[in-house]
Amino acid sequence: MKEFQYVIHDELGLHARPAGLLVRLACGFVCDIRISVCGRSANAKQILSVMLLCAKQGQELTIVCSGPDEEQAAHEILTLFSSEKL
Amino acid sequence: MLKGNGICIHPGITCGRIFVPDTASCAPACTPWDPAAEKAQLQQALQAAKAQLSQLIEETTASLGENNARIFDMQLLMLEDASFLSHIDAQIDNGKSAAEAAKEAADGFAAQFAALDDDYMKARCADIQDLSQRLVRILCRARAQAFPDEPFIVAARDLTPSDTVRMPRERILAIVTHSGSITSHAAILARSLGIPALAGCDLPFDRLQGREMLVDCESGSCWVDPDEATKARILSKRQPEKETQPELLIYKDRPAVTKSGRRIGVYANIAFPEEARTALLHGAEGIGLMRSEFLYLGREDAPTEDELFCAYRTVAECMQGRCVIIRTLDAGADKALPYLGLEKEENPALGLRGVRICLANHALFRTQLRAIYRASCYGNLWMMFPLISSVWEVQQVRSLCRQVRQELMHEGIACRDIPLGIMVETPAAALISDALARHADFFSVGTNDLTQYTLAADRQNAALGRYADAHHPAVFRLLAMVAENAHRAHIPVGLCGTLSSDFSVTQQLLQMGFDELSTVPEHILPLKKIICESEVPYEGIPVCDPR
Repeated sequence: MKEFQYVIHDELGLHARPAGLLVRLACGFVCDIRISVCGRSANAKQILSVMLLCAKQGQELTIVCSGPDEEQAAHEILTLFSSEKL
Repeated sequence: MLKGNGICIHPGITCGRIFVPDTASCAPACTPWDPAAEKAQLQQALQAAKAQLSQLIEETTASLGENNARIFDMQLLMLEDASFLSHIDAQIDNGKSAAEAAKEAADGFAAQFAALDDDYMKARCADIQDLSQRLVRILCRARAQAFPDEPFIVAARDLTPSDTVRMPRERILAIVTHSGSITSHAAILARSLGIPALAGCDLPFDRLQGREMLVDCESGSCWVDPDEATKARILSKRQPEKETQPELLIYKDRPAVTKSGRRIGVYANIAFPEEARTALLHGAEGIGLMRSEFLYLGREDAPTEDELFCAYRTVAECMQGRCVIIRTLDAGADKALPYLGLEKEENPALGLRGVRICLANHALFRTQLRAIYRASCYGNLWMMFPLISSVWEVQQVRSLCRQVRQELMHEGIACRDIPLGIMVETPAAALISDALARHADFFSVGTNDLTQYTLAADRQNAALGRYADAHHPAVFRLLAMVAENAHRAHIPVGLCGTLSSDFSVTQQLLQMGFDELSTVPEHILPLKKIICESEVPYEGIPVCDPR
């Protein structure tokens, strides 16, 4: 299991664009990827549940990847968040 | 031969093929109910929707850039969202058709988004509804509105303004509907485009597609599959292409001044930017009502600031310094904008409409205000707000306008301080017009809504014709009150409802002291003639130069 935290900087929060890119990226991995914020949790491979997290600026996301390619998944998701300036 | 009768919305006689626009409705499940068949159909529809969206993304990327195309990404991903798909499957297992199931699953998610305490996320409802409608359209095999290449007659039980704006206006011969009355917006559109139109016709609309129709708006009749004799008889009544009578043309470049020397502004009501030129050709001295809602209708998302700016700038420039009064968005009631994701109302005429929608949705309003202020440097723009009923509403919109102007100036964008007026169209506004006049730079009376609200008679209801009487003494007392209060406060007062083209009351309106009358372009010359020939012993308080 690979876990990391990320604080949202984007003023719109986890909005459609980064959420879409996240889901697309997550779907490419075999491992199970959960994303949670303020006690709510979502499957990172489902756009509606990710958006329904309603994660806002300043809140801390926890991403947990568990499965064969968990290292790679966690690494690429963190890279995505940084490059999107989320 | 099948005959129908209706009310004339706009005169004219014509004959042509009928086109009945599609209304996407949910197909019920096939009988006997077969969940496997419904699910197979769903799979095909999902594939078709994916293909449509991918194409849309490609087109949008090419025309508007990648960032704008991203907005369809969410919809594309929804098609692969396991939770969404399992909800649809569950609904099918419950006995729903694929279309019903897709709609219900989407509605469920849309409701969850609507309940979030974040405006951005709430607005995602529109994306979900858009996808749901796309699936329903595919599943119900509703063709993507292919309009006939030849000119056609539009016949429909009900025609929403969005339906109307999507149609190729230059090919519409006539509009025949069941619902709607003389003041409905489909009617206003027909009149502003000069298309013959009949409302209140009870015809079997679902069986009319492609058949021939003869329409005689003068007598309020129409015939489906007319016989040759009827056709010959009716078409022979048709006037040769009407030219403006020469005795009216002399008024084109002449101001409307009464015999007693009072100058009255005769302005045009327009809905589309391109109508400004028509207005000038008909001798309009300004635009008394530029409707904004047609820029917002018939589309999947709100217009951008630049789109609005271009439209307003076009009109401002076309009118070459003449006054152009822009009414801010007057949506709601019969003009629904699906992308706002508003709740369905029990009683929309008394609901969230007019300025109320703008005050509830600042982002939407600011975009429009910015566009209007940006266009203000290109002509003589004025701005007015619809459906005002309290002083606080005017204070609030004025403060928003001030903010937007300051914002633009900070950004280094030039804009003018334009007059801010209000529509007087509720009895409340008329009754407190003395107080409102202290906060408004001008008044414009909307007689259609004022009549509907004063007489409690729905303007959409064709059966209420006689009850919705714009000549009712109650309406006239309110009109006189508004004109008097405007003049006491030394602000100009205009009138832009259907009453301005009712020449039987023009004298009365002038006597009340109206400074400006705004009407459809075709009525401007006759109106100018009537004004020039009238002696109005107006004894009211003279207003300082109206415009």
